[in-house]
Amino acid sequence: MNYSVPDMKKLATEIRKDIIRMTCEAGSGHPGGSLSSVEIMVSLYFNVMKHDPKNQAWDDRDRFVLSKGHVCPVLYASLARRGYFPPEELMTLRKFGSRLQGHPHRLKLSCLETSSGSLGQGLSIASGMAIGLRMDKKSPRVYCLMGDGELQEGQVWEAAMTGAHYKLDNLCGIVDVNGLQIDGRTSDVKNLEPLADKWKAFGWHTIEVDGHNVEALISAFREAERTKGKPTVILAKTVKGKGVSFMENKAEWHGKPPSKEEAAKALKELGETC
Amino acid sequence: MTEKKSGLNETLHLAPNIYDKVEKIPTRNGFGHGLVELGHANKNVVALCADLSDSTRALWFAEKFPDRFIEVGISEQDMMGIAAGLAAVGKIPFLSTYGVFSTGRAWDQMRTTVAYGDFNVKIASAHGGISVGADGATHQSLEEIALSRVLPNMKVIVPADYWESKKATIASASIHGPIVIRFGREKVPVITTEKTPFVFGKAETFRFGNDVTVFACGPMVYEALIAAKELEKKGIDVRVVNMHTVKPLDEKAIIDAAKETGAIVTAEEHQVNAGFGSAIAEVVVEHYPVPMKRVGVIDRFGESGEPDQLMVEFNLKSTDIIKAIEDVLSRKKK
Repeated sequence: MNYSVPDMKKLATEIRKDIIRMTCEAGSGHPGGSLSSVEIMVSLYFNVMKHDPKNQAWDDRDRFVLSKGHVCPVLYASLARRGYFPPEELMTLRKFGSRLQGHPHRLKLSCLETSSGSLGQGLSIASGMAIGLRMDKKSPRVYCLMGDGELQEGQVWEAAMTGAHYKLDNLCGIVDVNGLQIDGRTSDVKNLEPLADKWKAFGWHTIEVDGHNVEALISAFREAERTKGKPTVILAKTVKGKGVSFMENKAEWHGKPPSKEEAAKALKELGETC
Repeated sequence: MTEKKSGLNETLHLAPNIYDKVEKIPTRNGFGHGLVELGHANKNVVALCADLSDSTRALWFAEKFPDRFIEVGISEQDMMGIAAGLAAVGKIPFLSTYGVFSTGRAWDQMRTTVAYGDFNVKIASAHGGISVGADGATHQSLEEIALSRVLPNMKVIVPADYWESKKATIASASIHGPIVIRFGREKVPVITTEKTPFVFGKAETFRFGNDVTVFACGPMVYEALIAAKELEKKGIDVRVVNMHTVKPLDEKAIIDAAKETGAIVTAEEHQVNAGFGSAIAEVVVEHYPVPMKRVGVIDRFGESGEPDQLMVEFNLKSTDIIKAIEDVLSRKKK
């Protein structure tokens, strides 16, 4: 079932509120990069990807690999809002006994494809899935979300070579280019630019898009589907902390939860009506 | 009183020529042949290699099943992840490279992607041990057991010879979850036969004995048998146990040996620190402490040389096992 753009915009706001509530309740977690990835996740889980919450192990489902595991709040919220588990469970994030581990663990939550948290490893896993599916002449596509800071890991570029070498046109990477990492601006910490040129030079079809524009994102994903003979990477330009004024473009909100007062302020901005 | 058994275990169909003109084949060949056999038997078996396919013998699979072979180039970390992805869509991937790279360079990938996710990835670690020879320390892997056995969900097999390597490879395809299998480069004595049983997780007593037990893995099983034969002349009755499965350990075999023989020696072509001998010691200490001595590489890196020279230099010969046996016997409670 594909959701309409207005519906997805509403869902994006709901998921942003979930992220604020979850990380506030947990007292830890990563709101900044979760908020920047919301539209990417909504586009995938509510429109682009073929999957079925009622048949999670469906063989022909598209695969999603979260490489930047720390933004699992946005993944958990998207899965819950899509019907994989009750949204109330989101409030167990990071708590003892919860299926919602601080970084995603597939053996705890069966609708996850992988466990992740150590950066730079997801695109390799996604490549393996893409190779295996193609070997069996199966149609599912494989999506992998990375952070821009994460691209400083060398393994990402090993995987980039693999994707191009094996012409994995069933593989689509997405980079949440929010420009910030824990220690500051990516351009100051270790510059990634010219990023699009890098991916092009590695042999990937490269699309640059406004990562908060659902329509543009869906259009980019459709272009990726039509692109044959090479993998596609979507460089989604985003704002870290998007949607909460005092979190936007601030590296300090990478791994800091909002206090109760800050959460109330954020939820008010997001239009919470009590 | 039951009669105490002695001598080689006749029920295991061991090679008839262990002590005389024993045949020598590299264990990596057992991997190569086992993998080809699996390729015929199970279409889901796939192989990966990182620019070492001839050396690891993955090439033999690649030549038969080119569509199921993935050459990843010199990128072991990527290979570990690709293997996990293949497992995630139902394949049974066997990745192969040298042990220093599979369990060392790609350790975090082995930990977080493969072991934590419990993916069905088989990690064929070639060129284990000092006997790699001339390439020297960078390529002589002496840490795989330690690096892999520490990980939850991980299983570890160190086959003793060609046949056991082939059987371990084939068996591992039917055991769910990640497994490290360690192979060597050099020709080593073939002490078993096609008919010798291999049961994952089960230690086999290759030689019965009642005075002391040597637990060995890999090519050190042969050295242990030679040591036992030599000590027979002095009237010392040595039990030799082939502990091919290093994780999970056959704890019963260890506890029985401690109780029945009262002294234990371990033998491995690997660092003793955190290695095979240490794994056995953990069981002994917790269940039935007896005098122990570990034979293996003692906290030093390897170096270049002929394999035989190095085995002597690093105290990995049957004569070193004999010294260790004499040491534990001198400490054994009468």
